[in-house]
Amino acid sequence: MAAALLEGQKDLLGVAAQRRRTGLWLVALTVGLVLTGVVAVGSGAIGIAPASVARIIGHQLVGVPGEVTWTLPQEAIVWQVRLPRVLLGMLVGAGLAVCGVALQAMVRNVLADPYLLGINSGASSGAAAAILFGAGAGFGQYALPTSAFLGALAASLLVFLIARSGGRVTSIRLLLSGVAVGYALYATTSFLIFASGSAEGSRSVMFWLLGSLGLARWNALLVVAAVVLGGAILYLTVAGRRLDVLALGDESAQTLGVSPDRFRMRLLVVVSLSVGVLVSAAGSIGFIGLVVPHLARRIVGAPHVRVVPVAALLGAILLVWADVVARVLLAPQEIPIGIITALLGAPFLVVLIRRLHATGT
Amino acid sequence: MIEATGVSWRYGANPVIDGVSVAARPGRVLGLIGPNGSGKTTLLRLLYGALRSGTGQVMVDGDELSALPSREAARRLAVVVQETGGETALTAAELVLLGRGPHLSTFQRIGRAEHEIAARCLTRVGAAHLGARAFAQLSGGERQRVLIARALAQQATHLLLDEPTNHLDIRYQHEILHLVRNLNTCSIVVLHDLNLAARYCDDLVLLDRGGAVVAGTTEEVLDPEVLEPIYGIGIRRLELDGAIHLLFQPVDQTTDERSAA
Repeated sequence: MAAALLEGQKDLLGVAAQRRRTGLWLVALTVGLVLTGVVAVGSGAIGIAPASVARIIGHQLVGVPGEVTWTLPQEAIVWQVRLPRVLLGMLVGAGLAVCGVALQAMVRNVLADPYLLGINSGASSGAAAAILFGAGAGFGQYALPTSAFLGALAASLLVFLIARSGGRVTSIRLLLSGVAVGYALYATTSFLIFASGSAEGSRSVMFWLLGSLGLARWNALLVVAAVVLGGAILYLTVAGRRLDVLALGDESAQTLGVSPDRFRMRLLVVVSLSVGVLVSAAGSIGFIGLVVPHLARRIVGAPHVRVVPVAALLGAILLVWADVVARVLLAPQEIPIGIITALLGAPFLVVLIRRLHATGT
Repeated sequence: MIEATGVSWRYGANPVIDGVSVAARPGRVLGLIGPNGSGKTTLLRLLYGALRSGTGQVMVDGDELSALPSREAARRLAVVVQETGGETALTAAELVLLGRGPHLSTFQRIGRAEHEIAARCLTRVGAAHLGARAFAQLSGGERQRVLIARALAQQATHLLLDEPTNHLDIRYQHEILHLVRNLNTCSIVVLHDLNLAARYCDDLVLLDRGGAVVAGTTEEVLDPEVLEPIYGIGIRRLELDGAIHLLFQPVDQTTDERSAA
């Protein structure tokens, strides 16, 4: 009978239409991401035509075309400098976006993101400690991402503990304790950098506060790619249904077979790991984690199985464009990318606040 | 079969539920009734594990509830709590489909079978036309029916409902309880309305402030002599076409008013 019902009334639940829509968006965004990559690699202080970019990448990857029709400096710029940078931008954008999705489901607040919850600042402190004092040196070449991860995890646990002290965890308490912890840790990081007298070292205060993709190198990409693609995006997509359930509230989650505390803990580890790795590679970039989840929900609805991959693609595209603007706007001078994301993100936040007020929630 | 023995809960220093034992038997509807503040909802929350009693235990089909993995617990107990998910952006159908989660492995996708179950459950509560609508934009009664559809889609062996008739028109109050009764699953329902309890429950547990309890069949518990002191109102019981009906009238209204003044 139900089968007949589905046939007869044609997509009674609205699921088939939604699936088609999601499929189309995924295809469109994937195409958009590839085009973005080619254009972004070509833009900068020295412009290179997209066709040449495609040829150089093809030549390097699969040896096609075999004939060299470009100059060696062009090849060096594309392959050694800009491609790793653009790929890092994609990974950072995708990673921050899906972390924002996870945190918004987790704290049930549309204003949650790694930056506002103080997780970025924890990662910065951890990474700065590794650079200045050699913390985590036992982890060899992974000392930096490892101590950034531990810093992020410590900060997020601290935020949750502060929010929990004295009763129920509410999202407003979480956000406020996130802001408090965030400020305290950024101040600490900056103080340490100045106090150590190496403010001109490899990573400056500016890097930790506003981020930069300028340190992208091939050898560092692998860890970031593994954590973002294999860790965050895959895990969160697979856990999509549980994110839906967690977003309904702890009690509903429990009655639908998801243990809220345990799942939240796992999410915190995944988010901290991702943010730690991203921040150690590109500094602290705000607003992507806040803005992109909303855009994703707007175009494919609320279920996280759809929101996570769409947010990843959108985040990747947005961050790469933000970086292009950062490189081109005052070329040859480079603007910290966090300035661009903030300029794009802040008006969006204002719109969001107005809408929250209007619906009375 | 849900069997709670000697469970308790206190808010601050006040015990709300104090050493209460409840048994919900297979294929029967157990009603939890009592005046406001008597701890009906608290007792229900103890029974589905949202609250963990410091004393006694809750057994579900012979296993201790607190020892069950959460997914297994959700296959045994489907719960409809009051007013939830008001700010979710999910559609009604997506919300109902979440009820299938406990039956799917982590990597299993929602398929045609799940959609059919969801469509059938929405149809059963008269909400098939609401499937594609945003849950948050539905009226209170429509939401309640969608949440009941989700509990049905969960296909658990027990169904627990906290005042499922809240927000519902009189027609749906009866339809929903009629539906619950005809499921022939072991069900526990918190009810405010004693006449609904009379018509749809097999057994009743009557709670009073301070935790005193009367348990028995509906026939036994809905006795004016039992109810009157607890509710503080005059009750006359009629049997009409084989069903119990209760009529209420204030007792000693004049003396009550005087003592209140």
